[in-house]
Amino acid sequence: MSVPTLKQSPANEHTRILGIGAYRPDVIVTNDDVCQWIDSSDEWIRQRTGIITRHRAPADVSVIDMAEGAAREALAKAGIDASQLGAVIVSTVTHPYATPSAAASLADRLGATPAPAFDISAACAGYCYGIAQGDALVRSGTAQYVLVVGAEKLSDVIDNTERTISFLLGDGAGAVVIGPSETTGIGPSVWGSDGSKWDAIGMTHSLLDVREYSAAHHGGTAQQPSALSSEEVAVTDAAIWPTLRQDGQTVFRWAVWEMAKVAQQALDAAGIQADDLVAFIPHQANMRIIDEMVKKLKLPETVTVARDIADAGNTSAASIPLATHRLLQENPELSGGLALQIGFGAGLVFGAQVVVLP
Amino acid sequence: MASNEEILAGLAEIVNEETGLAPEAVELDKSFTEDLDIDSISMMTIVVNAEEKFGVRIPDEEVKNLKTVGDAVSFIAGAQAA
Repeated sequence: MSVPTLKQSPANEHTRILGIGAYRPDVIVTNDDVCQWIDSSDEWIRQRTGIITRHRAPADVSVIDMAEGAAREALAKAGIDASQLGAVIVSTVTHPYATPSAAASLADRLGATPAPAFDISAACAGYCYGIAQGDALVRSGTAQYVLVVGAEKLSDVIDNTERTISFLLGDGAGAVVIGPSETTGIGPSVWGSDGSKWDAIGMTHSLLDVREYSAAHHGGTAQQPSALSSEEVAVTDAAIWPTLRQDGQTVFRWAVWEMAKVAQQALDAAGIQADDLVAFIPHQANMRIIDEMVKKLKLPETVTVARDIADAGNTSAASIPLATHRLLQENPELSGGLALQIGFGAGLVFGAQVVVLP
Repeated sequence: MASNEEILAGLAEIVNEETGLAPEAVELDKSFTEDLDIDSISMMTIVVNAEEKFGVRIPDEEVKNLKTVGDAVSFIAGAQAA
């Protein structure tokens, strides 16, 4: 049997980040605000987390709205028209629809239709997962330009009165455009998962639990009428809304110990040393984790360390591009230099790569 | 394998690096939280560094049992002997 030879898309040898954008919502939540809900103090929160304020989005600003704001700036900085995008990727765990994706709507708003569009669920590693995918898509020639967005509205999935994670979290979005390059602008991705720690960070319960509760508590079902009064229903409703929790000690230890190794692997894979870097841009989870990673990696003082968490809080998938955007605004001379970025979070999942700053 | 004195000295060095406390202040009967004022995050950092230094594994569920410096020294000595 004679089989015709298939064509493949011509590959691009190198890729780089062409432009970056950010969207920071304008509601500022201070530590004193947080202390209305939990028994704590500004000093305690600063000392344990390094966080001074977080930005949160008002009710009428969605994950897609924030993603669009960041994406438009990234496209403009890259000098790329949305119609040139070969894929739109949104990393998020807070787009409130399991389907359709945030990315499909975003692509349409931007004028990128019919670009393929999909969301990534990799929590705080989502942006680095997106860079891994965008890099692979452009190098393989499957796409010429890829938009990668990290966008989160974590304020929708927190319980202000709990103490493990809610007070750390903020909202926002960051975006980049990846495209072909004459030289290597994105080093090999070191990425992975450890589902044995599935319970370490995540939602308190599933959508199926929500269905069960609402069936039982709102007049019940034909087979099982609700036995609750309307006051009890109101209390249960607040309790059933899924919110985030973490086992802080387990996560801290994993982040400091295992992630420093992953960060080192990303340096090794790129064939560079710590003192070749101009910047270190870890996921902004906790200032103490950042400080420990800097020590473990023995980063020289010449490396600028992103510490956007002080003002932005932890914004999950948005934290690395937001921190990168700010670093470049405050230190434009870093543009063109090498940055090590690493994301890690619920899954557990992680991803790291060395990139040339746009 | 390190002697208990060596483990104590090593721990004192780790605590000093994390908190700035003088190594002499790190004594066997001192409580990490009450006497040495070490918070939960510093405690995890100390645990991670102790694992590296002494080549032992200190499980998360064991950390809450390490109330005093002596508890930690005994646990590390036992883990090294195992």
